[in-house]
Amino acid sequence: MAEPVAVGDPMLPKVAEVVARRRELADTWTIELVTEAQGLLAFRPGQFNMLYAFGVGEAAISVSGDPAGADRLIHTIRDVGKVSAALAGLKPGARLGVRGPFGSAWPVEAAVGQDVVVMAGGLGLAPLRPALYRLLAERQRFGRIALLYGTRSPSDILYAKELARWRAQLDLQLEVTVDHAGTDWHGHVGVVTSLLPRVVFDPARTVALLCGPEVMMRFGALALQDLGVAPGAIHLSLERHMKCALGHCGRCQFGSQFVCKDGPVASFAKVGRLLTIKEL
Amino acid sequence: MVTSGDAYVILPAALDGLIQALRADYRVLGPTVQASAIVYDELTGLADLPRGWTDEQAGGHYRLRRRDDGALFGYVVGPQSWKQFLHQPVQPLWRARQSEDGVTFEPPPTPARPLAFIGVRACERRAIAIQDRVLLEGSFADAHYAARRAEAFIVAVNCGQAGGTCFCVSMGTGPKVEDGFDLALTELDPAGEHRLLVEVGSERGGRLMAGLPQRPATAADRDAAEAAVARAASQMGRAMPAVDVPAVLARNLEHPRWAEVAERCLTCGNCTMVCPTCFCTTVEEDLDLAPDQAGRTRKWASCFTLDFSYIHGGSVRQSGRSRYRQWLTHKLATWHDQFGSSGCVGCGRCIAWCPVGIDLTEEVQAIAASEQG
Ligand SMILES: Cc1cc2nc3c(=O)[nH]c(=O)nc-3n(C[C@H](O)[C@H](O)[C@H](O)COP(=O)(O)OP(=O)(O)OC[C@H]3O[C@@H](n4cnc5c(N)ncnc54)[C@H](O)[C@@H]3O)c2cc1C
Ligand code: SF4
Ligand code: SF4
Ligand code: FES
Repeated sequence: MAEPVAVGDPMLPKVAEVVARRRELADTWTIELVTEAQGLLAFRPGQFNMLYAFGVGEAAISVSGDPAGADRLIHTIRDVGKVSAALAGLKPGARLGVRGPFGSAWPVEAAVGQDVVVMAGGLGLAPLRPALYRLLAERQRFGRIALLYGTRSPSDILYAKELARWRAQLDLQLEVTVDHAGTDWHGHVGVVTSLLPRVVFDPARTVALLCGPEVMMRFGALALQDLGVAPGAIHLSLERHMKCALGHCGRCQFGSQFVCKDGPVASFAKVGRLLTIKEL
Repeated sequence: MVTSGDAYVILPAALDGLIQALRADYRVLGPTVQASAIVYDELTGLADLPRGWTDEQAGGHYRLRRRDDGALFGYVVGPQSWKQFLHQPVQPLWRARQSEDGVTFEPPPTPARPLAFIGVRACERRAIAIQDRVLLEGSFADAHYAARRAEAFIVAVNCGQAGGTCFCVSMGTGPKVEDGFDLALTELDPAGEHRLLVEVGSERGGRLMAGLPQRPATAADRDAAEAAVARAASQMGRAMPAVDVPAVLARNLEHPRWAEVAERCLTCGNCTMVCPTCFCTTVEEDLDLAPDQAGRTRKWASCFTLDFSYIHGGSVRQSGRSRYRQWLTHKLATWHDQFGSSGCVGCGRCIAWCPVGIDLTEEVQAIAASEQG
């Protein structure tokens, strides 16, 4: 058994301060944090922090910034309830508690020399963005890179300006689809898996990264598998209730996995069967 | 010089000396009779122990009964376990204060005195080892459990009789405490030459023993102790079916039995509260504080509640079927993958304290039997 890595009390948050806040979508904000606490800034793409809003509560929020030499913690938060509303509402100067980083990471290194298919649904793009930064920073080390992104409507497209810049400047195939659109939308309409025929990749030499609603990830993974991508090369990020992020509270269990420490990123080979069992 | 591995014999009255000696350095906890049950609470002396009591246990049934002898440990386990002292039902995590200068987070004070447990059964000792594994030996150690566990002094008791819901033999967890104690008692001949055999398991246990009136154990004492444990082993009220339980359950996640047991189950969560290994918790915001203060408190939680698996959009485990399945498959199957052993020590509490008498050994048996066709 490994020695405990943490000394002191891993439930005790460290203090961070909000230095910037911007609106991404109607209900979604990005906050940038600085902190003097050691160990908070270095993270691997796919990991998350537990953010604590003073007097309100704590929530698991993925790190969505660039992992390269980050001097700020960047989090994109959708207001869906009490805690996320308080976090998304934090203005520059406000202080909050942070614990982390926690969890497993997107296997970016394993994708070196391979094609990469990134499939995101809605806010699922936020935990994938650090992996995209890594892939694009060392673009020549990878084969073809495709980002397939689906949202409810055109006004729900996250990081729209950044996506446009990437598409224009970098060697990235970007395909966007929406569930519903008005007449001013000239793009694709339909589920994100319907974008797969548009992209060229070598299934035998492809690593796929998926994040979004669980059904989207399951159908996405099955479609990729049908095209010949090995289940062990398909990775998805799971979401479960979390209270501790330490493997102690038991809330995030998914079969044998603790999503907080064995995940959130897990391979389809490992969790594919479990995803077919309702209410697990 | 009293050393580890030695065995001695003391008279029941000497236990008072043991309790008093421990009280000098520890908060001494042990069995008492309260509200018609065996309840673990602070001991002030020998008189607090449940002398002359036994218990009667069956599915959904627990009664204390008078014995016709003066046995001090003549019952098995009650509704509580040592979990309530190590992994407390309500655990303040920290207080935060906000001012012009920022926010500070402060942990609660650590307990003033270490704990001493008197009367820890074999299954209960195993349950503590299992919680050590979960809360101390993973990637992170829980600070609050660690603070209580570190110095805890353990006086174990080998069972001389088993209860109607016990099945430790089939789980390989009892009825003899094999290790992890400071002292281990075996109560001998309560109706006649009433005495206790004491095995020494640690240096500090030996030091304590040296201060008590005692004599070295004879071969006859040791034989009597072995016979007492063998008697308990032969009295098991239940048995876990002798099948590969984790594999059987993993193969049967969609078995009709889950829906059938869900019709009986009230999803009250009693089983998870009385289970000595269940560790799940929730964390709540303290609501009674001044505006510049905040705090969080951890509380036991049960996988039988809807809130347990809530994520935005709805709970993952909506049906009673899925919640009972989570409890049983975690305890008996996925626990092996997570922590290298079963999460069940065969104490039988969840059977006795289930208001409708659901018996996990019977549920496993039903699923295993259906596989044999
Ligand atoms: C690994 C991980 C990464 C995440 N990353 C992000 C992110 O980058 N951005 C973002 O906006 N959201 C993210 N979430 C979801 C976010 O944690 C929830 O939206 C948030 O906890 C909801 O809390 P609430 O009080 O606002 O909502 P309520 O619906 O009022 O929730 C009440 C409580 O339920 C629990 N809960 C509710 N929803 C979730 C959930 N989806 N996951 C876990 N616990 C939940 C929390 O304990 C919460 O306090 C992530 C979740 C996980 C597990
Ligand atoms: S599952 Fe039941 S029998 Fe097993 S340890 Fe828990 S309470 Fe005891
Ligand atoms: S099995 Fe029994 S004790 Fe457990 S939740 Fe169901 S009714 Fe309650
Ligand atoms: S969040 Fe507590 S065990 Fe995973």
